[in-house]
Amino acid sequence: MTTNSGEPVLRARGLRRTYGSGDGLVRAIDDVSLDVTAGETVAVMGPSGCGKSTLLHLLGGLDRCTGGEVWLAGHRLGDLGERALARLRREHVGFVFQAFHLMDELTAAENVELPALLAGISPRAARRRAAELLDQVGLTDRARFMPAALSGGQRQRVAVARALVSNPDVVLADEPTGNLDSESTIDVLRLLDSLHTAGQTLVIVTHDARIAATADRLISMRDGAFVDETRRTGGTSGSLSALAGLEN
Amino acid sequence: MRQEVVLALLAKEPSHGYELRGRLRQALGPLGETMNDGQIYVILSRLEKAGLVAAEESAGLPDRPDRKVYELTADGQERVAGWLTEVSWPKPDLAEFHLKLIAAAAAGLADPLAIVDAQRRELLRRLRDAQRAALTESESSAAGLLLEGIVLRLQADLRWLEACERTWTGRRSKR
Repeated sequence: MTTNSGEPVLRARGLRRTYGSGDGLVRAIDDVSLDVTAGETVAVMGPSGCGKSTLLHLLGGLDRCTGGEVWLAGHRLGDLGERALARLRREHVGFVFQAFHLMDELTAAENVELPALLAGISPRAARRRAAELLDQVGLTDRARFMPAALSGGQRQRVAVARALVSNPDVVLADEPTGNLDSESTIDVLRLLDSLHTAGQTLVIVTHDARIAATADRLISMRDGAFVDETRRTGGTSGSLSALAGLEN
Repeated sequence: MRQEVVLALLAKEPSHGYELRGRLRQALGPLGETMNDGQIYVILSRLEKAGLVAAEESAGLPDRPDRKVYELTADGQERVAGWLTEVSWPKPDLAEFHLKLIAAAAAGLADPLAIVDAQRRELLRRLRDAQRAALTESESSAAGLLLEGIVLRLQADLRWLEACERTWTGRRSKR
């Protein structure tokens, strides 16, 4: 489901991030431009060290670029001070990380509620919203569990619910399946796919090619730059039976 | 082995059959040891009949009965160019792909990284189809297991492409 509402939700132009200087200069991000429109799922793939996590941090305002510009939800990130940037992140961006980053001392439901409470939403509204989201990710019966009592896939689903609690314009996910076994990966892929269908804008950086199944666009990254882009086309290639060895 | 491999090796420069065999051996390492010595000449004579290579008698060495120097014809050049851009799957011939990269780089015909990118696009398309099919299967479905097998194999192929990409990126920056 792609909404064609002219302005992209997220836009980057000539983005650069360098570390060090002189001979030790590292170009982690080297002239990257990107438009993400509402409802779109974009996956950025590449080997570890290609700069994809750095890119995600720049797009989400967790790190500052050394060149170029990022616009998020109508704001130019370079114009914002730290406080305004933190506020923008809280209100407009949902983050999902490889290592889940849940609070171990809080239940699944409390983890989901927390960002809403920090954003000043009433405890009752936050609780209701958390219950809705846990239902959406299929974990209503685990709401009172502590993270340690949940499987990796369940923890990541809680983290996705938490990322959605502020109704973000965009969810940025960094290797969301990186710590998961095959079965849990399928669970998380199903969840991401259902968010996509529901119109959530998503940017996922990953080395896991299975994410391709949920993405509208797949961008390959190498040495800090985009090198290739493919768009999802309708239908299947009809080649699955050949891949399974059923025909030659 | 596909005859296009031999054809592409000739794209670098006109060569004797034994030179081609040597380059193949070098490119394939231990896998090349099982190659039948006569195979390359069989392929060369087929290519000659098909008008894809032209052979010219040359003053070879006394201990080398093989005096023919083979050269690509215009049709041969065209066939090589077509083969380089061709993406073959699901019957992945790893040696063929490997040799394609080597031949393309040696003759300066195509950027090996562009060939890797094209191959990756194709694999990703197939992986996406397989994974989408797996997502729509119910968790208890037996077909899910088969689809997982396809996905895992494609992932392994993609990891090898990553290795190809790393190696050829390194070689390019050394040049």
